[in-house]
Amino acid sequence: MHTVRAREHLSPNVWRLVVDAPRIAAIRRPGQFVIVHLGPGAERIPLTIADADPEAGTISLVIQSVGKSTYDLVELQPGDAIADIAGPLGSPTELIESGHAVCVGGGVGTAVILPIAQELNRRGVRVTSIVGGRSREWVIMEAELGETGDVLPCTDDGSYGRPGFVTEALKDAIEAGGVDAVYAVGPVPMMRAVSELTRPYAVPTTVSLNAIMLDGTGMCGGCRVTVGGETRYACVDGPEFDGHQVDFRALADRLGTYRDFEQAALARREACHAETGEQPAVAAAEVRS
Amino acid sequence: MTEQRPPLSKKERMAIDRVAMPEQDAGLRSVNFGEVNQGLTYQLALLEAQRCLECPKEYCIDGCPVSVNIPRFIRLLRDGDIAAAADSLLGDNALPCVTGRVCPQETQCELVCLRAKTGKPVAIGYLERYVADWAQEHADQLTHATAARTRKSVAVIGSGPAGLTAAGELARRGHDVTIFEAFHAAGGVLIYGIPEFRLPKDIVQAEVDRLVEAGVKIEANAIIGKTFTLPELRERFDAIFVAVGAGLPVFMGVPGENLKRVYSANEYLTRVNLMGAWTADSDTPVLHGRRVAVVGGGNVAMDSVRTAKRLGASEATIVYRRGREELPARVEEVHHAEAEGVEFRFQVAPLEVIGDEQGWVTGLRCIQMALGEPDASGRRRPETIPGSEFELPCDMVVVAIGTRANPILTASAPELKVNERGYLLTDAHGMTSMPGVFAGGDIVRGAATVILAMGDGKRAARAIDAYLGGTYPPPEPVVEAKPARHAVPAG
Repeated sequence: MHTVRAREHLSPNVWRLVVDAPRIAAIRRPGQFVIVHLGPGAERIPLTIADADPEAGTISLVIQSVGKSTYDLVELQPGDAIADIAGPLGSPTELIESGHAVCVGGGVGTAVILPIAQELNRRGVRVTSIVGGRSREWVIMEAELGETGDVLPCTDDGSYGRPGFVTEALKDAIEAGGVDAVYAVGPVPMMRAVSELTRPYAVPTTVSLNAIMLDGTGMCGGCRVTVGGETRYACVDGPEFDGHQVDFRALADRLGTYRDFEQAALARREACHAETGEQPAVAAAEVRS
Repeated sequence: MTEQRPPLSKKERMAIDRVAMPEQDAGLRSVNFGEVNQGLTYQLALLEAQRCLECPKEYCIDGCPVSVNIPRFIRLLRDGDIAAAADSLLGDNALPCVTGRVCPQETQCELVCLRAKTGKPVAIGYLERYVADWAQEHADQLTHATAARTRKSVAVIGSGPAGLTAAGELARRGHDVTIFEAFHAAGGVLIYGIPEFRLPKDIVQAEVDRLVEAGVKIEANAIIGKTFTLPELRERFDAIFVAVGAGLPVFMGVPGENLKRVYSANEYLTRVNLMGAWTADSDTPVLHGRRVAVVGGGNVAMDSVRTAKRLGASEATIVYRRGREELPARVEEVHHAEAEGVEFRFQVAPLEVIGDEQGWVTGLRCIQMALGEPDASGRRRPETIPGSEFELPCDMVVVAIGTRANPILTASAPELKVNERGYLLTDAHGMTSMPGVFAGGDIVRGAATVILAMGDGKRAARAIDAYLGGTYPPPEPVVEAKPARHAVPAG
């Protein structure tokens, strides 16, 4: 069992849970993930390890509530427990050793960027982070990223930081010169736009693919993605790949496999809460804006 | 139960017909997940036990990959001493409830049964299941023989049939055994692969519980090669048994394979079995196809197609590139599938998965095959018939054409020698190129059967015991188990 030590609300639909996982905390590397299984009947879901404290024996999981399983997770309170956490899985991020890296995070993907930025900074690489959100309250982890270098927040509605998409800030950074690598994690359209932007500049661009998976060890094949025209498994060959080689359309398509199930499960969950008169700690309505 | 029956003459025994396994009605069972085979009654089991002629050659023991003393447990059963029969069986076989249900007896013990020469063999599998199920319900009446603690520790990697068998044997010899399992629950293919209707999960859990009661520790969520490396474990344990299976699915390599509603059998069965997607209280989704094509002809293909039928498919079809005679599946599974309304398309090979604009499967473009000359495996090689392409309409495709080695563990221990397909190389006793590290099951032999993996586990346990006692290699040569007739991957 993995006890939840802390819970923090980061944006309207994103929470941070700090949970006991001493072995994983000791050996995890940037880019790796865990499979989390809340308990009997629960789904196994992949979550990136956003941070770890080897001395406390804890890892940080940053979770966006989008479906029944993630709602169940973000409602956990300190003292509650998660039955199973398996990992660390996936290949660690291939990081540059020197120069200037731009880390681009969109929404919950910003949590995946954090350990990458931390390790780059530790190696002496200059780090610039560009973090995006719809509006001010959707921009997360700005303070933590600030410890690794400059942070440029961007909001779609201009309520905070630079108005517009992260790609516009990235374009300026690249045109200013000296960008050696881009690491981008966020919604599929964002990663696709970043990869298309950097392609003509030939800036190496790494993206992290949040494919559907069961075991995280290559056994189910559910996470197959097309990279450079070949089928690869996000769980063992990735989750990070060369953004210039990824077939984002195929990825987005496969991510929609269970959309009907997810909506039905969420509706059942809300109906259940309504029936018991219980107020869910996380109201679904607040994240549908 | 110690009632004595008057002994029957050989002639009287020969006159008894083989019992039929009581089954759930095909129409009913094709829409539920209840177990198909209902098991023998006491009367039927006693009757069938009388059919064993106790022939002096005991061919059946040689036919069994784990060398169960079959005539002995059958005789004890026939004499009415079920507890002694159970003790005898459990002494030879760590998972008899499992093997009594999933072994291909027709290619092993029952194939060589003397009675098969003139009629039908003794129903050894049914009797094994009967005695094993009795033992599970009457654990208090069994004799538990355990050796003194040796203070030697063994790590078993993987909790499938090979790992569970080795763990049971080693614990019985007094060693301190810890099983490392990548999933959150133990059982390996017995829980993620083989469906409820063929092997109920509470049966597997009871077998696992029996090992835990015998002192075996189970560490779940531990992926060796990720959570711990093999060299790390080697430092912590006196010996290691690697039984991680052949976990990676093989796909067809045809266009359209990444469309939605194309599953590997591994993913499809894991969603349904391990994650319980067939039950109402599971959060794990599984897509329900109406017209499902399952590619392959092995037990995994049969499990997949029968699962699709139970999840509401109106058409569930096996697409197999060879003929009926070449199906690698157990004969019983093929019969059960046919009775449940599964269709078979023989000598057909897929060329492409067809999809609509939203990326959902709409069909499988196939080509007709003809059988040519036998290949290296002895099976006739299928060849395409030019111009015979056709489209099989379907909305789901499950690919069940075999599995291959998972490189996660071996990547963490470069000194482990593997063959060109990534399977571990071992000596005649199961030891790998790393001293003290043994291996068995599918990660050594490639995709095979539960019982062959168990045979490896049993032999490896014996060799590990010798290694820990300083008498390795074991004095008697350990004979390689005879492979089952169809112990080759489907396809």
